[in-house]
Amino acid sequence: MNYKVSAKSRMLMFFLAFSVLLTSCGNKDKAISEAIDAKKKEMKDLAGLTAAVEKGTVTLSGQCPDSSARTMCEQTITAIPGVKNVVNNITVPPPPPPPAPVVIAADDPLTKSVNDAIKDYPGVTASVKDGEITLTGDIKRASLQKLMMNLHTLKPKKINNQLTVK
Amino acid sequence: MSLQDKYKELTDAAGTLGVANLQVREQDNVLYVDGEAPNGAAKDQLWTIYNKLDPDFKTGDLVMNVNVSPAAPGTKATVSTDSSNLNIRKGPGTDQPIVGKAAHNSTVELVSKTNDQWWLVRTEQGEEGYAYAQYLSPQS
Repeated sequence: MNYKVSAKSRMLMFFLAFSVLLTSCGNKDKAISEAIDAKKKEMKDLAGLTAAVEKGTVTLSGQCPDSSARTMCEQTITAIPGVKNVVNNITVPPPPPPPAPVVIAADDPLTKSVNDAIKDYPGVTASVKDGEITLTGDIKRASLQKLMMNLHTLKPKKINNQLTVK
Repeated sequence: MSLQDKYKELTDAAGTLGVANLQVREQDNVLYVDGEAPNGAAKDQLWTIYNKLDPDFKTGDLVMNVNVSPAAPGTKATVSTDSSNLNIRKGPGTDQPIVGKAAHNSTVELVSKTNDQWWLVRTEQGEEGYAYAQYLSPQS
């Protein structure tokens, strides 16, 4: 038997081997994609992302609510058999801006409106300093809430209630 | 216990009652709760909870600026003084001259809300001026 292989058939074999390699690579990617789709059903954060698979490298893009979810998604994909590399292009929205500081009324207009508010409560005296209202004197319990409801709308820093409630 | 925890029942209720633009902020050991209540009953309910959590409002660690949503112009309001007439003034402030009176339990028309304290009203006699909002109960 002649074991010599002609150049032609050697070429053919090479092409065959190469195409097998290509197909197997494609099959692996397909399997990875299927595994990702299955994971998407389990993980809410993953569901909204796009995963592109190429030769065992998975590129993740889209948005996660926070950085821990982002890391978790990457780890989940890395754990899939056949995945060689994960490119994490997931974005995380910037944190919301801190709330605006509380606006405190200036002492002069505050004093004026405090005096308007307490004018109908003869036993009550009020002073205003640095945005803080200090109430002294005495008041009936039935009137206290009404007075307080009013004072709280004046944008004070604080209300020091030293009233004696009768 | 943090202030947010202490007043959790209150802030939760504000959410449930539909307080609009609700803001809960803590600054210098005072909790500031701001927003617009859908009606007077919701505001009263919040104040009842506040009084329960901090009896007689003694601690001074909360400023609750929750007002009833501005009434649409033309809304009627009842004069809810204890018994006396309500002064109608030329401008928003007790230092302003009195231009008229609205009787206890009478109805006035809201022209506009100048601020949370003073509302521009028109009495049944057609006198127009500023009245102290505390003594006006918008009719729904």
